[in-house]
Amino acid sequence: MTTVAAPPPAVETLSPTAPARRRFGPGSIVKYGLAIFFLVVVLMPMYVLIVTSFKAGSDIGVASQWNLPSEWTTASWAKAWAALRPSFVRTFELAIPVALISSVVGAANGFVLSRWRFPGADLVFTLILFGMFIPYQAVMIPLREIVTTIGIPPGISTLVFVHCVYGIPICTLIFRNYYATTVPEELIEAARVDGAGLLRTFAWIILPISIPGFVVTIIWQFTSAWNDYLFAIFLSNTRNGPITIALNALAGAQSPDYAASMAGALITSLPTLVVYVLLGRWFIGGLMAGSVKS
Amino acid sequence: MRRLRHWGPGLLLLSPSLILLAVFVYGLIAWTTKVSVSDEHNALGSKGFAGLENYTNLFTNDINDRFVHSLKNLLIFTLVFLAGTMFFGLLWAFLLERGVRAEGFFRTVYLFPMAVSFIASGVVWRWLMNPNKGDNAGGLNAVLGGLRLDFLQSTWWTDPDWGMASMALPAIWQLSGYVMALFLAGFRGIPQELREAAAMDGASTYRLYRNVIFPQLTPVALSALIIVGHMSMKMFDLIMSVSGPQWLTEVPAIYVWQALLTSDYAKAAAISVVLLLLVAVVIVPYLIYTNRAEKTS
Repeated sequence: MTTVAAPPPAVETLSPTAPARRRFGPGSIVKYGLAIFFLVVVLMPMYVLIVTSFKAGSDIGVASQWNLPSEWTTASWAKAWAALRPSFVRTFELAIPVALISSVVGAANGFVLSRWRFPGADLVFTLILFGMFIPYQAVMIPLREIVTTIGIPPGISTLVFVHCVYGIPICTLIFRNYYATTVPEELIEAARVDGAGLLRTFAWIILPISIPGFVVTIIWQFTSAWNDYLFAIFLSNTRNGPITIALNALAGAQSPDYAASMAGALITSLPTLVVYVLLGRWFIGGLMAGSVKS
Repeated sequence: MRRLRHWGPGLLLLSPSLILLAVFVYGLIAWTTKVSVSDEHNALGSKGFAGLENYTNLFTNDINDRFVHSLKNLLIFTLVFLAGTMFFGLLWAFLLERGVRAEGFFRTVYLFPMAVSFIASGVVWRWLMNPNKGDNAGGLNAVLGGLRLDFLQSTWWTDPDWGMASMALPAIWQLSGYVMALFLAGFRGIPQELREAAAMDGASTYRLYRNVIFPQLTPVALSALIIVGHMSMKMFDLIMSVSGPQWLTEVPAIYVWQALLTSDYAKAAAISVVLLLLVAVVIVPYLIYTNRAEKTS
């Protein structure tokens, strides 16, 4: 997702504009009323998920859907965990390498495209970016054929490779925008005068100030690899695939166990939610970096 | 020669990525296109040339106009999805921009659905959009019944005509926060001097927003439309999770998958290429436009 062009990992731009204007009037009541109303609406599905996951037996029926459990039980959590555990572990084996590899590649590319530019760099950058927007169905048929005919085993290692390749555009974009706004041209010039080549400049001057960029791409790639279903369903199966496949098998069965499905959905979402709550500021920063045109 | 020595290392560092993308983006698209003009309609894979037949068949000779039906579904879904995310995104950003206490908390809650996968949220939305009405109502219908808004009760995505509009609800839930974040950054990117100048000129709050602030948000709105729009055209996970693959809710991205399950590679490829063209029509001008805008700035 996300677009193109120009700055910033603009975490700082998110701090409120002006602390002033805080008088309570009719306007404020409407404002807070709406804000809280939407808060409730947004949290509603979460309520259903949590409440249902602790229910058992007749409690789960449609009529009592919104009620609290008459008896709280963790049986469904145990059932969901048993069904999802192997794929839960596998998804970490997928998402962590993807996040790390993509970030390093993105940093190198972003540096070259922003501060070590060659003629035609803009065109090359645009061609790279296009890869971010394509519907992956347009590459999936040959991709599947490559995997089946060459005999590359479906599963996590294949998915790591695929996510890294198709993650190149977004990571390149984030780092290019990051370097374009945070690394002054003069810094590179000074290093050049001192006789430092590309690799030395990158390793000694650029990498040490790249931490914020890395946080952004790592979160971004971790989340998208963790949540991916499309590549997973084409290139893996329930025995060797990530957790989205396992969850869909658990929840999409002929007569699904609703409580276990909901517990499963929560288990599946837990890692990305934890990452998001702990690192939310950077998560938002990442969205900005990838999408805001200033 | 000196210039090459200067650019060379950069190009070298970039080259692995360029080769990978050349092969796995552009190369595979070419491969898909080649399959789409072949007659590979089963696993046996006779690879004769069929010209544009697969494409014309999609539009004029598909059983029950299945492909046109999937495009119609996609159109309804996209319009509702775009309208919903833009409306809530702008409204939430506006509320926060006006200044509320604990803004970070509101922002986090509005944005959190974005961290959840479509597969996981589909699990709960399938239940929220329970089609039972009246006394048997569950999910959203039960809430509407409880609020004495029975007339708003709906069969949701199971409705044969407007089901896809309901299918957009979970998508709106997940991405409105994202659009909000975009608009919020847009609001905060407007120079303070501009507001002050308008205040000096005695502009009312209404006129300040109408004539000064909202026009400044046009590029952000364009970005948001493009991002959400292209996500919408690619929508697959959510529909697979809420309804599973079925006629009522089929969109081209799912049709590709269904065609592949029957080993009709040529047809699947043709649908993929049409989908790619739909996205490209929106994306390519946008990429060119942003590229230019950046150069002139």
